[in-house]
Amino acid sequence: MKLSVNGTIHELAVEDDMPLLWVLRDELGLDGPKYGCGVAVCGACAVHVDGVAVLSCQVLAADVEGSVTTIEGLGDLAEMQAVQAAWLEHQVAQCGYCQSGQMIQAAELLANTTSPTDADIDEAMSGILCRCGTYPRIRAAVKTAAQNLKGA
Amino acid sequence: MGRAGTIARRSFLVGSTAILGGVAFGFYKYNQPLENPLLDTLAEGEAALTPYVLIDAEGITLITPRADMGQGAYSVQAALIAEELDVDLNQIKVDPGPPSKAYYNTALANDAVPFPSTNQSAAANTMRGTVDLVMKLMGVQLTGGSTTVPDGYEKLRVAGAVARETLKAAAAEQTGLATTQLKTERGAVVLPNGKRIPYQALAAKAAEIKPVTDVVLRPSTQWRLVGKPMQRVDMAAKTTGTQSYGIDMRMEGMVHAAIRLNPRKGGEVISFDASETEGMRGVQKVIPVTGGVGVIADNTWRAFQAVDAIDVEWGDAPYPAEQDQHWQVLADTLDSGDQDARPRDDGDVDSIPMTIKAEYRAPYVAHAPLEPLNATVRVTSTRVDVWTGNQIPRMTQANVAKITGVPVDNVHVHILMMGGSFGHRLEDDVVKRCAELAMALPGTPVKLTFKREEDTAQDFTRPIALMRGRGSVEAGHVTSMDIRVASPSILDSQMGERQGMGLPGPDATITQALWDQPYAIPHYRVTGYRSPKLGPVSSWRSVGASQNGFFHENFLNALIHEAGADPVEERLRLMTDEPSRKTLEAVAEMSGWGGALGANKARGVAFCLSFGTPCAQIIEITNGEDGIKLDKVWVAAEVGRVIDPVNFENLVQGGVIWGLGHAINSQITYSDGMAEQDNYYDFEGLRIYQTPEIMVRGLENRDHVTGVGEPPVPPAAPALAEAIFQATGTRPTEMPFANSFTFV
Ligand code: FES
Ligand code: FES
Repeated sequence: MKLSVNGTIHELAVEDDMPLLWVLRDELGLDGPKYGCGVAVCGACAVHVDGVAVLSCQVLAADVEGSVTTIEGLGDLAEMQAVQAAWLEHQVAQCGYCQSGQMIQAAELLANTTSPTDADIDEAMSGILCRCGTYPRIRAAVKTAAQNLKGA
Repeated sequence: MGRAGTIARRSFLVGSTAILGGVAFGFYKYNQPLENPLLDTLAEGEAALTPYVLIDAEGITLITPRADMGQGAYSVQAALIAEELDVDLNQIKVDPGPPSKAYYNTALANDAVPFPSTNQSAAANTMRGTVDLVMKLMGVQLTGGSTTVPDGYEKLRVAGAVARETLKAAAAEQTGLATTQLKTERGAVVLPNGKRIPYQALAAKAAEIKPVTDVVLRPSTQWRLVGKPMQRVDMAAKTTGTQSYGIDMRMEGMVHAAIRLNPRKGGEVISFDASETEGMRGVQKVIPVTGGVGVIADNTWRAFQAVDAIDVEWGDAPYPAEQDQHWQVLADTLDSGDQDARPRDDGDVDSIPMTIKAEYRAPYVAHAPLEPLNATVRVTSTRVDVWTGNQIPRMTQANVAKITGVPVDNVHVHILMMGGSFGHRLEDDVVKRCAELAMALPGTPVKLTFKREEDTAQDFTRPIALMRGRGSVEAGHVTSMDIRVASPSILDSQMGERQGMGLPGPDATITQALWDQPYAIPHYRVTGYRSPKLGPVSSWRSVGASQNGFFHENFLNALIHEAGADPVEERLRLMTDEPSRKTLEAVAEMSGWGGALGANKARGVAFCLSFGTPCAQIIEITNGEDGIKLDKVWVAAEVGRVIDPVNFENLVQGGVIWGLGHAINSQITYSDGMAEQDNYYDFEGLRIYQTPEIMVRGLENRDHVTGVGEPPVPPAAPALAEAIFQATGTRPTEMPFANSFTFV
């Protein structure tokens, strides 16, 4: 099986039913995507596949067509860099465990919506759970990133 | 591993002795005169330095003895040291330090004495001093109880000042100048001619001289860091996905483990059949452990798959199998009248007719931090290494020594960044079970990761609690309040069942934040009842205050409503503590309390003094056609000193969200002896779409400093309950509210 991750093509010989998350973490040593629930309810494992946010615990590595970008990779999305800069500016993280999933999801939102409203943000981001409760800062950071992207 | 972890503990405790060409600074707090005979019982060696600053040729490391679970503890502690040391946060590294008695937690004493935190009298403080010494002797190194800031506020600044003055003395010896001619700035001693000698270059010299312990702390007006917005030291790593947590541990030759423990917590394994795992790819070994069975594999997912393929017959739970029976035990406990403690009994409660009655309930709730429990352990015949995110390193060290038979000094616990805890990592079963697995593979590092379902099933939850209240009103005012609460004992569960220690007195967490509220209700009684053991329980963010804040304030709001008074005005009238009153006034002012509200809008207020921090909240909701929507929350908290306003706001907002989320959505219930919930779909916190706007104000109206990790939690549920009552005419009597109301 071939898998393109962060610009590198990997040749892998894993089971057909191994989720992408565990290939990334345990076979490729990429720890940015996190394990939180394993059943599509927390979003900690989100990565981009061709710029679309997907839950890597739910996608089998064997089924991935396209290039995977994790938080470790810069990727093709300019939105990702704007998001990270805004996350730093607002100091969003507490424990930080959910934040790579949050940023991956936020970048996808901004790629599709240039001026997201609170309702847009709530709708796009509700799948990504934060047990520390950083949501007020997430809202603010998404808006800052949107502003900066427009100015760019 | 950080440098602090690799340096022999022994060399730490001898203080300023040279360490690898460097120097570790501490300070002699023990030598300060405390008027207490217990001081004399300290052995000579107990006056050990508490080392917080380590400087060598490689750089400056600040040792932060309280672990970071996401609350920014590393940054706050580092800032306190750096303030006096004259370094910037980007010039230093932070290391949580090895388990050591030197890092005992002073502030825990504050909640272990029979004086309310508002009592700063000589008697109360002397008592705190005594308990403090006991903590000192026991060497309680624990992160919790919102103690990080109160504990370190002075200690860590003194440590910074001692290090600075010693470095100046070293520079004086080296240059022949007087220390009064020297200044310090951004990690260097500055000579009168402007020449800078970096601290690192002075480390070897400083190690030779006696630390300068006679230091004066700078007044707050001179502070550069404390009180100003900071860039948290972990923020860049957490924003680029490069922060490593316990679950990310990776070592040469490491294997991956998964486990299943009896979901009837504490029950036995009758038998298991692991034949299905034979031939599964990557599976190396099946190992029975206490209360369950584990699998070793070459990848986490393969270990998860294999452990699920084992067929296990589980024994019965050592507690009632059904949830109804748990509630019945609490009701019976209250009926029995067998009280644990009556810490408040003002006026003449027995002779007052009290006709207003209430019964409220709080469910079991899980901690469920986003990073599931995990640990990595390597056992050899002479040494054990443990890598984990944990709030109790010294207890874990002792527990692992007991299991492995390796002497305690040869058990090395390395504390890693935690993906949340909320009290979850005050328990170390994951480490103990991992140690058992690792003993079967000597020399091999074993990383055990709990599946989310296992993490939920095995949680030591917040206890259930049942409250019955009576009260009366007269002439528009609340005149009596009698609260009785029953719950299983957290301390019994933690110290008794798991550490084998008896509980000498009542469990103060049962009546926590009920008895010490700053209200002068004329007839006012609080009684706690300790139920027989039920499901295993532990500390959950804000501990007893999380359910008791709901009970006390929901009932007080009910009484105030009966009196026909305004809930802010009546509280202000009853309040006896000035900082508490100012906290409530602040939140009323922030929210424009008393102004007109929009259509279908309602508001509720609540206050709770917990962990020494008065916190008041007002919430505004809309009661719409589809259900209740949380719009806005205003919060004020009195902490004496806000160390970092950015992190402060983030933590307070997080605390409110935690309090609201669980009040609305979350419960653990038992059936057939097992928790009925196992993952976030049936144990929901708050998601972003339900999150209100949250306005925060930190107050600094008094001298002593208190923490803010937990105090924002207790007022959230009762403030919301009051708003719901105002909107619907029905007062919520049990959490989670979603069982009885619809939320959007
Ligand atoms: S781990 Fe994939 S959604 Fe939670
Ligand atoms: S920052 Fe801790 S879970 Fe989101």
